[in-house]
Amino acid sequence: MTVEGRRGLLPEGIASPADLGRALAEQGYLADTGTATAAYLSLALPRPLFLEGEAGVGKTSLAHALSGLLGAPLLRLQCYEGIDASQALYDWDFPRQLLHLRAAEAAGGANAETLEGEVWSRRFLLARPLLAALETSPSVLLVDEVDRADDEFEAFLLEVLSDYTVTVPELGTVRAEIPPAVVVTSNRTREVHDALKRRCLYHWVEHPDFAREVAIVRARVPEASERLCRQVAAAVQAMRGEDLLKPPGVAESIDWTQALVALGAEQLDADTATATLGAVLKYREDQEHARRLDVGALIALAVAGG
Amino acid sequence: MAEHRYDGVDSLVGFAKTLRAAGVAASPDRVHAALQAVSELDPSRVQDVYWAGRVTLCGTADELARYDRAFQAYFGDRPGSLVRRQRLLEPRLRVVAGSGPGDDASESEDGTQERASAAASDVEQLRHRDVTTLTPQERADLHRLLARMRLSGELRRTRRRRPSARGEIDPGRTVRATLRAGGEPARPVRRRTSSRPRRVVLLLDVSGSMDVYADALLRFAHAAVRRGGAPTEVFALGTRLTRVTREVSHSDPDRAMAAVVAALPDAGGGTRLGLLLKEFLNTWGQRGTARGAVVVVMSDGWERGDAVLLGEQVARLRRLAHRVVWANPRKAAPGFAPVAAGMAAALPYVDDFVEGHSLAALEHLADVVGGVRRA
Repeated sequence: MTVEGRRGLLPEGIASPADLGRALAEQGYLADTGTATAAYLSLALPRPLFLEGEAGVGKTSLAHALSGLLGAPLLRLQCYEGIDASQALYDWDFPRQLLHLRAAEAAGGANAETLEGEVWSRRFLLARPLLAALETSPSVLLVDEVDRADDEFEAFLLEVLSDYTVTVPELGTVRAEIPPAVVVTSNRTREVHDALKRRCLYHWVEHPDFAREVAIVRARVPEASERLCRQVAAAVQAMRGEDLLKPPGVAESIDWTQALVALGAEQLDADTATATLGAVLKYREDQEHARRLDVGALIALAVAGG
Repeated sequence: MAEHRYDGVDSLVGFAKTLRAAGVAASPDRVHAALQAVSELDPSRVQDVYWAGRVTLCGTADELARYDRAFQAYFGDRPGSLVRRQRLLEPRLRVVAGSGPGDDASESEDGTQERASAAASDVEQLRHRDVTTLTPQERADLHRLLARMRLSGELRRTRRRRPSARGEIDPGRTVRATLRAGGEPARPVRRRTSSRPRRVVLLLDVSGSMDVYADALLRFAHAAVRRGGAPTEVFALGTRLTRVTREVSHSDPDRAMAAVVAALPDAGGGTRLGLLLKEFLNTWGQRGTARGAVVVVMSDGWERGDAVLLGEQVARLRRLAHRVVWANPRKAAPGFAPVAAGMAAALPYVDDFVEGHSLAALEHLADVVGGVRRA
């Protein structure tokens, strides 16, 4: 698909996944080759990008970075069980419609037909994220945690994503001039329906390696010293190797570094680490496990490695 | 990966064939997408072909490892690896567990039971027989009866509301009715929350000690997935944890059984129940699969590993799940006491402890899962 001479939704000057990786880095998102290629293809083809991976590996932030890179607003739809069309697509603003009707009556002499046309017009339609994304060009649509929604929701999401149109019976069909860049994320609590996945590019987001993690933490928490960033990254990578209920993601590394910076720590030591453990490990069992492991030893290991 | 020339459409279509043989559902529309994706990148670079294929041809995380192996076999320099992989997948578990009698104590009791109910109809008799004591003909009847079973989770209230004569006022529809009446106040329209069955998660023990029951339990799982009203997930606990929901949901029970057998790694041997349960909770359960669900463990509780770990994990499961039901086919045997260390460790955290050796017992289990009856 070519729009105005460009390839898909790709901005000018981006001709390869490596270019996109650099552009994402400028937005503060350091993508590995796989993620950059997946994102590149999703903009070039264009097709929705379906991201799965552990919590906190940066699925949602990729959508934020793409929005910054494309200079397009991000429209986010957080999914939950029981979400329906009036929360995801559009809803009529009933109170205002009534008010309008009353006002017209009070003024008197209103023609019934014109009045009806006015009541069911665009200005009384509340655009929810899916409709808003079609009406805003360009835009980035983030459908977050789609696995939390139910099958009915998937069905109308499918409808929107396959031809980028929404039909409002009272108004007509709304079509996107340029399809939005779409990022769908899932934590894999259940398998999303095949029909939806087939329309998407599928990518599993991995935890970053040590060097990338250091770079990500440095980019996100510029106040922190290089030494602290390396130590935090090393400690978090060591924790991922441990048998934890919830291994920390990159989001936790960033939180932890911010917590340490807030305490004025220049480097990681056993005391500050124990005091701030709640920023990385969110289960009591995991914290106990880390204490049994002896946080000091873990840090020493991390310090030696960093 | 060595630099390798990518030679166009044929090569990718051939690769898709290899992928399908390796168990990745690379459907034609996915192959089409892969071709489009490759043409957007640099087809002469192996890395680009790899990622273009991976994001288009795979649909689940389970498929990624298979994709990697198939990719290496097809484009890399080790063409033998795929063949080895397929040999690994050769069926080990029997689809129909012969006519051999079950072992030990359950024998004599079933004999007396059989005599006692001689007057009852064949079906009624069949319902109460231990599935391991059936003749091939009876087994075929049992399979037909099993295929007709229904399993549905207990109801729970949802956030979705439906129009109803009673209940709270629905502002949207009331105002809409008012608008339709030209602004004249209309009668309030009401709505009520609806109920839905909870998710059901079946954890089937397919280790050596459960071999004789595996076929009947898998058929039970098949009926649950196909005919149940609730979303159902099925996992097999063998030497490893395997999600078999997809395999078991084939419309024909026999083909579903064959698919499950092909998906399982070499069965038999002891099961480290605690370890596998932990893996289930880490990779699926905690993320949401077990949350608020009715989880059914079908196992004799014969733990080869650490019984303490099993206890801990069942406790963890209970904190996540709505209810934990344990179905133990050996429970029906006379003189059964949960002495197996694993069973004893798990029992304090189990909400319902039921049998699972016969059709009647499985029907009872279905009632327990549906909240109709408690064990």
